[in-house]
Amino acid sequence: MIEVRNVSKTFYVPHKVKALVDVSTEIAAGEVVVVIGPSGSGKSTFLRCLNHLETADAGGHILIEGIDILDPKTNINKVRAEVGMVFQSFNLFPHKSVLENITLAQTVVRKRPKEEAHAKAMSLLEKVGITDKADAFPDNLSGGQQQRVAIARALAMDPKVMLFDEPTSALDPEMIGEVLDVMKTLAQEGMTMVCVTHEMGFAREVAERVIFMDEGAIVEVGTPEHFFTNPDHDRTKLFLSQIL
Amino acid sequence: MKTTANTRRSMPPWKYNLWVGVFFLILFSVVLLVYIATIRIEYTWGWYKVPSTFFNRETIEISSDIDGKVVQVTRKNAEAVITIKNETESKSYTVPAEDVRVNENDLIYYGDTLATYSEWRAGIMLQGLWITLKCSIFAIIFGIIIGVIGGIARISDNPALKWSAISYVELIRGSPLLVQIFIWYFVLGTMVNQILTSYGMAEIPSLWYGVASLACFTGAYVTEIVRAGIQSIHRGQTEAARSLGMSYGQCMRYVILPQAMRRILPPLAGQFISLIKDSSLLGIIAVRELLKASREVVTTQLNPFEMYFTAAALYLVITFALSMFVQYLERKTATS
Ligand SMILES: Nc1ncnc2c1ncn2[C@@H]1O[C@H](COP(=O)(O)OP(=O)(O)OP(=O)(O)O)[C@@H](O)[C@H]1O
Ligand SMILES: [Mg+2]
Repeated sequence: MIEVRNVSKTFYVPHKVKALVDVSTEIAAGEVVVVIGPSGSGKSTFLRCLNHLETADAGGHILIEGIDILDPKTNINKVRAEVGMVFQSFNLFPHKSVLENITLAQTVVRKRPKEEAHAKAMSLLEKVGITDKADAFPDNLSGGQQQRVAIARALAMDPKVMLFDEPTSALDPEMIGEVLDVMKTLAQEGMTMVCVTHEMGFAREVAERVIFMDEGAIVEVGTPEHFFTNPDHDRTKLFLSQIL
Repeated sequence: MKTTANTRRSMPPWKYNLWVGVFFLILFSVVLLVYIATIRIEYTWGWYKVPSTFFNRETIEISSDIDGKVVQVTRKNAEAVITIKNETESKSYTVPAEDVRVNENDLIYYGDTLATYSEWRAGIMLQGLWITLKCSIFAIIFGIIIGVIGGIARISDNPALKWSAISYVELIRGSPLLVQIFIWYFVLGTMVNQILTSYGMAEIPSLWYGVASLACFTGAYVTEIVRAGIQSIHRGQTEAARSLGMSYGQCMRYVILPQAMRRILPPLAGQFISLIKDSSLLGIIAVRELLKASREVVTTQLNPFEMYFTAAALYLVITFALSMFVQYLERKTATS
């Protein structure tokens, strides 16, 4: 499904930072992977490289269903349509209603007829549990509701993979549950998911694999059980002792 | 809104009203001073001459093309038919019946007036007003087109686009509009028109060089306004749109520009109000806009005070109407 081979990412502005150092991993179809690690360890950068929001350094390869997105000949818009992304800060379109947020890309990217997009949007709103807000504008929703709309917006494209970058970090504690519930449902339905999160409960319960990153590199990979009970590396132990 | 209300409350009503009175006193004094000054220099006010510069009734004479005798005058409703006959030919004229100058059996010579009528004509000031509006509207439309393209080029990663946009903006903003108008008309205009005539084509009227200079000038400022508007939209919006598979163009069109529009509108209104006022410079290249028309009236009627006040008032009306329209648009985009 996703194959990452020797991917590095260097930022030059404001000064040279190696955000990713020779990262390689594979994610199978239907797998739920949770990425954890300290702040600045390159988790977001890793995720954003997967849908080319950041361009990884030359030399590496990122294959999404066999298509190398680092190949300049690849039509990146086509690949992105298959890869949903949910951001920490929601990034809903404030000038569009909830419904329009979900139908926009369906109509302009997928070229679906209006009625079909509309029906899809309504069924997804039902799935995330906010049908009554279809005509509201994002600014009038709570953080949790906004994030659920953002998930519905990504799902409307029928993506093959969903990327989550700390989807609950900007939320008030009482709203975290409702977003995690939606994500759990998705995982149970067999969606391929890569989630950066600090919700260890979620990782323990839903993840099939946990990736621990530090200083731009993958330090340790394993099942949640292995991870939370007897990790191999000292850095992992240190990190876990700090957050648990 | 709230702040003015607060200051009012902090001041006792009698004091507030006192200062309102002072305001009107100042206003009245200024008008009075101007009036006294005009009496001192024995200026004779002639406001009654102003309306005819907007509309006037013109008398049109219909005259005979042949010598002969009027054989028949028949009136029907508002029209009259006059038939003139001589040895060789006969001719009928259908004229408005309001002022028929001949009777049956009159002898007529070539060129004699058979009848007159009058009709309303747009005066020079109305024509000037129309030219000002026309120049401004075209310059605004082209200015917006240039500005949107320029603004997008300005934030592009492509150095050819980006540097072109920067050079354009700096070049235009760095020289006076009047100089640019001269260059458009006396340099570019001369070249283009000479080339056109050498190919046997008609020359382009000076109005269009005027429109081009205004559009180019405004376009540079609109470019900067559009750039600032786009850059004020959070990067997350672009990322969300692109992550859904939208192309750069789709992202701009559906996500960024509609949001930027709200922030662009107020400074854009200010820019276009300047543009309308700047169109008064076009008189220098023989475009007969509002101010040029006023100046022409003044040379014949010798009433500069009235004409220049009238011109100023008309500019005020246009710019005020524009700012009202933009406020309406702002309210509309704010709710949608
Ligand atoms: N656009 C950018 N320009 C320059 N440097 C960047 C950029 N994005 C990330 N970095 C740097 O890359 C490194 C990794 O950042 P990244 O955002 O991937 O970390 P993270 O693991 O997601 O951290 P957090 O938990 O705080 O979100 C950091 O040192 C960061 O400063
Ligand atoms: Mg991050």
